[in-house]
Amino acid sequence: MSGNRAAARRRQALFRWATISICLVFFALPLLGMLEFTTRGPGGTRSPQTWATLVDFGTVSAEYPVLREGFLSSMGLAVFTVVIMLALLVPTMTWVRLRLPHLSRTVEFMCLLPLTVPAIVLVVGLTPVYAWVTYLFGESTLWLSLAYVILVLPYAYRSLDAGLRAIDVKTLAEASRSLGAGWGTVMVRIVLPNLRTAVLSASFLSVALVLGEFTIANLFSRKNLQVAMYELGKSDAKISIAVGLAALVFAFVVLFAMSFIGGARAAAAPVARTGRKESA
Amino acid sequence: MPRPRTTWPRTGQTPLDDRRHPRARRRRRPSGALLGVVPFFAYTTVFLVIPTLVVVVGAFTSGAGVTLGNVEALTQPAVLAALQHSVVLSAVTAAGGAVIGAVLAYAVSTGRGGGVMTRFVTSLCGVLAQFGGVALAFAFLASFGATGFLTTWLARIGVDTGPGLWLYEWDKGLMLVYLYFQVPLMLIVFLPAVEGLRPQWREATETLGGSTWVYWRRVAAPILLPSFVGAMLLLFTNAFSAYATAAALVSQGSPLLPLAIGNTLTSEVILGQENVGKAMALAMVVVVAIVMGLYAVLDRRASKWLTP
Repeated sequence: MSGNRAAARRRQALFRWATISICLVFFALPLLGMLEFTTRGPGGTRSPQTWATLVDFGTVSAEYPVLREGFLSSMGLAVFTVVIMLALLVPTMTWVRLRLPHLSRTVEFMCLLPLTVPAIVLVVGLTPVYAWVTYLFGESTLWLSLAYVILVLPYAYRSLDAGLRAIDVKTLAEASRSLGAGWGTVMVRIVLPNLRTAVLSASFLSVALVLGEFTIANLFSRKNLQVAMYELGKSDAKISIAVGLAALVFAFVVLFAMSFIGGARAAAAPVARTGRKESA
Repeated sequence: MPRPRTTWPRTGQTPLDDRRHPRARRRRRPSGALLGVVPFFAYTTVFLVIPTLVVVVGAFTSGAGVTLGNVEALTQPAVLAALQHSVVLSAVTAAGGAVIGAVLAYAVSTGRGGGVMTRFVTSLCGVLAQFGGVALAFAFLASFGATGFLTTWLARIGVDTGPGLWLYEWDKGLMLVYLYFQVPLMLIVFLPAVEGLRPQWREATETLGGSTWVYWRRVAAPILLPSFVGAMLLLFTNAFSAYATAAALVSQGSPLLPLAIGNTLTSEVILGQENVGKAMALAMVVVVAIVMGLYAVLDRRASKWLTP
């Protein structure tokens, strides 16, 4: 019997490595294609030229102003989106837990709603809204972050919800209130520090999502990193493919690092757990 | 009691807490607690509810007033073809991605739970599934384009892939590219389900004299089926609503519904056509909503057995 077991386990290990290897090769090939393409030199040689250019921020911004503009916009968008998202979600979710528990279903519904509204549809509906935004605040690309907050809502909600579930907000809030803290102090000095990990993972996911966003920016003719990459791809394929690969690697590093912080999988797939929260 | 108990954290409630506070809270509630959620609801109204309403209302109105013309315009051959392409592409890549992804998920789940390998694969899949967009299109252009390295490779071993135009066709190249982000998404969505399979169930089957085949056929498959179908539906909506990758690959025509919608926004269309775009968008929301509704039902069913 134990011999059978061992054989079965060996078979399983073999199956595991074979499957994972095949899939990883499938995933790796196009990425290798990118690397290969960007390191092509004249006459079939290898050359690190493209990457050297890309790393040298001064040259890149001088030679490819589009890229510089897109990169800076995306950075700004990432910061804005994260700030608005946190300012909107953390107090609301905490408040709902503390004082309005009967609204928690509604808030959850609102936060998960963007999953059923594809970005391309959101663009169609946002056109009149953005006519007003442009009228009121001007044309800056940064205002796209208002729409990006909607895109990141489901992901951020899942992370923050997991974080809030892990701490006892009510007792913490009551303890600090009874010691004389106001609601502002409770949020900033009690709830926020206790939600560190959740806030961190919600922010990282939002940043990664914003850096990868193309649909809305492209259709509203604003230049973020992806749009710049896309436009550059028509004139200088090498540099834009290098940027694409760098963006993917960056996102991977962020997610990989986050998986050690914890809760990454639940956060990376917000819909995977819909409806299972009571028993989670 | 308006059943608030289920949503509270389970820990740290003293009996006193339980008995007295709900009533006190209820008395206090109208006096301003609701103000705390006003910013959130105002924001989501402006940037989520209003856009959705714009699409819904716009689909049934034109400059003159209420009309069914936009919805009727959906029956134009071009629109129907785009819808059909989108559905076929999404369905095929959802099925293919689900099968491959499920095998991969099972393979990963047999490894050590928190091992580096598992983390590596899930992170990689997270990136490819959700943050790819334009970069994925570039990856395939660089690999399978006319001078791409896989094209050259394949040519060297005697496989001629043609002039590289297949990559831009919705039923060839796009299928491959879509599969490239569907498989990873399946892994992420399905992994929790296969990890929920308990070794005890297999042991119980063996004790009762069942073979591996019987275990898979009579125990694991029925338990995993709702999750599997649910995940497949999710993959369908994912492919159905994807825009960036297709837009970056396809530069001529709009073979897919999202591209057709994008076109009505960017190109100088005849006046009144923009509401046809809204009708298409509405059609998309309807499809996605139906599929997600099914998904919610299945997910509830799946959680019966697979909750940790």
